Amino acid sequence: MTHVEEVFRAEYGRVVAGLVRRFGDIDLAEDALADALVTALERWPRDGVPPNPAAWLTRVAGNKAIDRLRREKVRDTKYAEVAMLNDDTPAEPTGPVTDDRLRLIFTCCHPALAPENRIALTLRLLGGLTVAEIAHAFLVPETTMAQRITRAKTKIKQARIPYGVPQGDDLPSRMSTVLAVLYLIFNEGYLSTSPESVREELCTEAIRLTRQLRETSAQLGPQPEVLGLLALMLLLDARRPARVRDGVLVVLPDQDRSSWNSAQIEEGHALVRQCLQLNRPGPYQIQAAINAVHTDAPDASSTDWSQVVALYDQLAALTPSPIVALNRAVALAELDGPQVALAIVDDLDLGSYHAFHATRADLLRRLGRYAEARTAYEQAIALTENEAERAWLAARRASCK
Amino acid sequence: MPKYMLSVLIDPAADFASLPKEEQEQSGADVDAVNDALAESGKWVFAGGLGPIESATTVDARGEAPVITDGPYSESKEYLGGFWIIEADDLDEALDWARRGSKACRGRIEVRPFDQASG
Repeated sequence: MTHVEEVFRAEYGRVVAGLVRRFGDIDLAEDALADALVTALERWPRDGVPPNPAAWLTRVAGNKAIDRLRREKVRDTKYAEVAMLNDDTPAEPTGPVTDDRLRLIFTCCHPALAPENRIALTLRLLGGLTVAEIAHAFLVPETTMAQRITRAKTKIKQARIPYGVPQGDDLPSRMSTVLAVLYLIFNEGYLSTSPESVREELCTEAIRLTRQLRETSAQLGPQPEVLGLLALMLLLDARRPARVRDGVLVVLPDQDRSSWNSAQIEEGHALVRQCLQLNRPGPYQIQAAINAVHTDAPDASSTDWSQVVALYDQLAALTPSPIVALNRAVALAELDGPQVALAIVDDLDLGSYHAFHATRADLLRRLGRYAEARTAYEQAIALTENEAERAWLAARRASCK
Repeated sequence: MPKYMLSVLIDPAADFASLPKEEQEQSGADVDAVNDALAESGKWVFAGGLGPIESATTVDARGEAPVITDGPYSESKEYLGGFWIIEADDLDEALDWARRGSKACRGRIEVRPFDQASG
């Protein structure tokens, strides 16, 4: 990516959100910004990047949008005149000024849009990724991704999905929809079903968008779950360099902890402490706290497992699910032994989930029940698409004799 | 102002008629309350409950001679039981009325905007 393209990507969300607010039309905002990029690509290499590239892009794209409106001779001339007269002053002269990107992310993550369309639209509009890049990251043809984005934009227009921050009682549930979209983007990169390295970009992008949300949602008062999600992503992503070696997954106890990203871990721990002070626990915060315990230990054997189990208890009380129970059992095995954990795992109805079989296999292996362990590893392998994970499971199965 | 249609979807497997009588009466009162609230806020355009699906007749005059058949045009199990037409600034406002309507009539509601050209 050239320097101009990098600057453009970094400023895309801010500029496009401002244009959407001003012109009330996502397509027009995007087209005008694309026009402005052409101008930037001509001028910036020659004259240098302007000191405030977002302001420059907003001004140039605003003019391009007006040109487009004039050229297209929109029927609703009255509306176009209003848009042309408006300058870049905030839309709401009274009350706190809302960051345009915060409005836009609530539009992109509206529950009336299909989940996969929310993801695509958020990456396109707030992340500034091209349609081709998003398609590549999600391993779908570019035409499919383009259709997805077009469908979402059409629905926003036809159904009049608002461009604004939800008020009152709606805010918590709408915020959790936004957070779910960002976490899905992260997981698509982190729990990749393909070995392609390009998907690491999704982790980076999810972290960038969550940082953006933390910044833009600050005016709504502290949002501990936003901080919790950011901490969780940072603490997981910090371990990425140690997760795969020679194409084989390396599980947490076996990871080379010196290759973890210490800056990200430090930032994650600070965020977890901030959450504790706010004292409004939620699922992302608790999961972040669990990962803070893991990343606090200099080696696997010194992990504070009783703390991990206590946090899983808290998580299970808040969001009971068999997957939480499975993860709790993994931690419990370290405290009370594999036999106790296996009894819990065997009661879970998770037969189609590969991690269920992988966990059972590991517990059986530790109990010396090798024949059963091999069968369980085979079931896990059959349900796993990730190549590195399959390689690891196969190695473990081979060791059971 | 934009208009939306809120369609009440009847699922024969979870038929309203199978609810206890008191619950049905309460539902009727709740629907009246939603209608009153809509009228008060100036967002009410039209609302009505439809007769039973067995009372439907389908007319198809696309061919030379019109064909009249007994029954609904759709093969689907779910059918339209009634509807509201309301005015709303945006989808969130329409969804909020739909939420109140769904609770009142004990049924699922589909929210659709009117085509903007036909306003």
